Amino acid sequence: MTDPGTPGTTKPPIWRDDRFWKIVFQLLAVAVVVTVLSIALTNMTRNLAIQGRNFNFAFLSQVSGFNIGESIIPFDRSKSYLYAFFVGFINTLRLILIAIPLATVFGVFAGIVSFSDNWLLRKLSLLYVEVMRNIPILLVLFIWYFVIFFGVTGSEDLTQVSPFLLLSKKGIWIPWPAATAASFASAAVLGVGAIAAFFLSRWRTKIMAEQGASGKNQLYVLLGLGIAGLLIFFFGLGWQFPGGEDSNNVTGGLKASLEYSAMLMALAAHTGAFIAEVVRAGIQSVSKGQWEASRAAGLSQMQTMQLVVLPQALRVIVPSLNSQYITLNKNSSLALAIGYPEIFSVSQTTLNQAGRAVEILLLLTLTFLLLNLVTSFVMNRINAMVQFSER
Amino acid sequence: MTPAPTPISSQRPAAAKVTPAAWLKKNLFSNWYNSLISVVLLWLIGSTLYSTVVWAFTQARWAVIPDNLKLYMTGLFPVDQLWRVWLLLGIICLLAGMTWGILARNLPKLYDNKTLFWAGAIALLIVLIPTALPNRLLLLGYELLIVAMAWVGRLLAQSRPRMGQWISVAWAVASLIGLWLLVGGLGLPAVSTGKWGGLLLTLFMALVSIVISFPVAIGLALSRQSKLPVVRGLAVGLIEIMRGTPLTVWLFIGDVMLPIFLPNTLNLDRVLRAMVILILFCATYTAETIRGGLQAIPRGQPEAASALGLNTPLTLGLIVLPQAIKISIPALVGVFIQMIQETSLVAILGLFELLGMSRSILSNPAYVGRYAEVYFFIGLIYWVLCYVMSIGSRRLEKALNTEH
Repeated sequence: MTDPGTPGTTKPPIWRDDRFWKIVFQLLAVAVVVTVLSIALTNMTRNLAIQGRNFNFAFLSQVSGFNIGESIIPFDRSKSYLYAFFVGFINTLRLILIAIPLATVFGVFAGIVSFSDNWLLRKLSLLYVEVMRNIPILLVLFIWYFVIFFGVTGSEDLTQVSPFLLLSKKGIWIPWPAATAASFASAAVLGVGAIAAFFLSRWRTKIMAEQGASGKNQLYVLLGLGIAGLLIFFFGLGWQFPGGEDSNNVTGGLKASLEYSAMLMALAAHTGAFIAEVVRAGIQSVSKGQWEASRAAGLSQMQTMQLVVLPQALRVIVPSLNSQYITLNKNSSLALAIGYPEIFSVSQTTLNQAGRAVEILLLLTLTFLLLNLVTSFVMNRINAMVQFSER
Repeated sequence: MTPAPTPISSQRPAAAKVTPAAWLKKNLFSNWYNSLISVVLLWLIGSTLYSTVVWAFTQARWAVIPDNLKLYMTGLFPVDQLWRVWLLLGIICLLAGMTWGILARNLPKLYDNKTLFWAGAIALLIVLIPTALPNRLLLLGYELLIVAMAWVGRLLAQSRPRMGQWISVAWAVASLIGLWLLVGGLGLPAVSTGKWGGLLLTLFMALVSIVISFPVAIGLALSRQSKLPVVRGLAVGLIEIMRGTPLTVWLFIGDVMLPIFLPNTLNLDRVLRAMVILILFCATYTAETIRGGLQAIPRGQPEAASALGLNTPLTLGLIVLPQAIKISIPALVGVFIQMIQETSLVAILGLFELLGMSRSILSNPAYVGRYAEVYFFIGLIYWVLCYVMSIGSRRLEKALNTEH
């Protein structure tokens, strides 16, 4: 009779050993991946060799020979492909850096408004969210571009939508501060004032909490700063309103192309609806007791939202915002459909001219991965700031 | 003897009577700023509605919709083979009705007032569709079929509780028959994928990508949760790279690079190439959804399973996955809604799904500039499809919630 208790005497067969199967399984996974990759790469080298194009990035320094419709840094057809990519990348950045704050404003507004006690406002917010979430963003883009912008301009050369907005087939003009020394100085004063106000209000909260001070004097200073800031904003910046007889001679204001504006509005409107849902869910995640307690403590509806509910809701909101922003980054590549020259459109033109599919798409993939990594990094820092520091 | 307690009325308290004036005061004019907001919004809504109605009845040329209805629905599908699409729709209606009946087997009443109202509304809508009379009659017949089959399905399910399993088998068989009807072969004339288009192609791509990607997604989700570092690393890498890059870029990679990566003997046409990418894309999104479900399974479940002597595959297959998938079903409907919208991106590649078809119709000189009408119409189609499904997923979430 064997003794089952002593180890070593009856070693279990190797296929009964869990560790054996773990190793085999992983080796199998590696083998499958390596096989698939090697088949794909062999095919690729053979097919590329048939076309006479070996894998390398030397084409990037060649002369591009195409024009880019709009760019904030100078570009012409004698510049290299690499420079064209750079111009496209700048255009992408120009798009998403404005679209993200705009989408956040839309979304936060629609999300907070869905808790309003005004029935119309609640229903409008719901309508906005339900419409946007259920139609494809490409359709939203086409509606902004073809229906709204081209519909408003119609057959006319220049349409004055309002004193603040001028529209033509060549672009949109909005009011913009004049580029004079006085307006730069005003802008600097505004910036310094804003920083001062931020520290003042932090100091005020601190002494109110720690010393039980009334904070009245600081409040008056803050109010004064606010009024002065508004006055400087409206009168010190030297706003110039667009005006003119035809679309080639428009004076004043800032011009944005219709393609850029349509992309911006589509991205902001679409992402805004999703952010509204995120904000709504975040606010709902704060328990009802918090509302009731702060109401009982004598805080007003606005104060409750600002001091009690939002800080707690942010913990839920910020991580989801990250994925919305990444979706927005990725959706910026839809600009190809209406011809706004961001990095994907530029790559497309390069692809048509130079071939080089593998290299270009590799470059493109890396660019988007980089963009998303940077977005995630920034959002993670913000997330670390809003999380509770528990004891 | 204690006196019998007064019976407590089980009726609800009488609802407070809300007069219209009180409702208006409470919801629109409760204080000065709400009144201001309401007045401004009412004026905005009123003027927008007014100009929209004026546009719709005076300026809009709606002819672009009825003239091309066939293109929006099926694209260039051969007219003499259209009966195959109709037949497929009939099969789907039949099974959908049965499924509805089986799911509703425990409800006290199958056709409540709300259902009847919506059935009536849909019937009215069908009558109003600007298409040939036989088509409208056929659609009405299909609606009747759904309603009737719901009754049959409910009766069957009440007498035979195992009907639920048979209906899944029926759906599987029906999808094979559907594929045969669309592709052709085996006695039917073949229809190449280049001839598919419109709503048919949109729905086909969304459905096929979600069905085929499902097993891949389960594998990816399990790998990502696995304790084996190599497997987990590969899964994380694939999912993150796929999700980090726009689908448009992937569609172009598929369009341009798949022929380079594949052996020369294997020639995929453009629709198939787009579908390979959609399937991969959908698999990574579904994998993340299922991972959410996997994370919701309490640790006690797999621990109890291994205490009972189940090995890893059995634990996963019998204990963990069934619960995880059940939890993720509403979210999976969400992925499907997303896929219906994402398929519109293949329009950029020049394929003729719903949005691509509308672009090609708009490039016809006869309909130049009719953007608003066309986009309103296809927007409505997308919206109805996705909205109905999102309501369905909310219902499903309630029905599947077995927690106490």
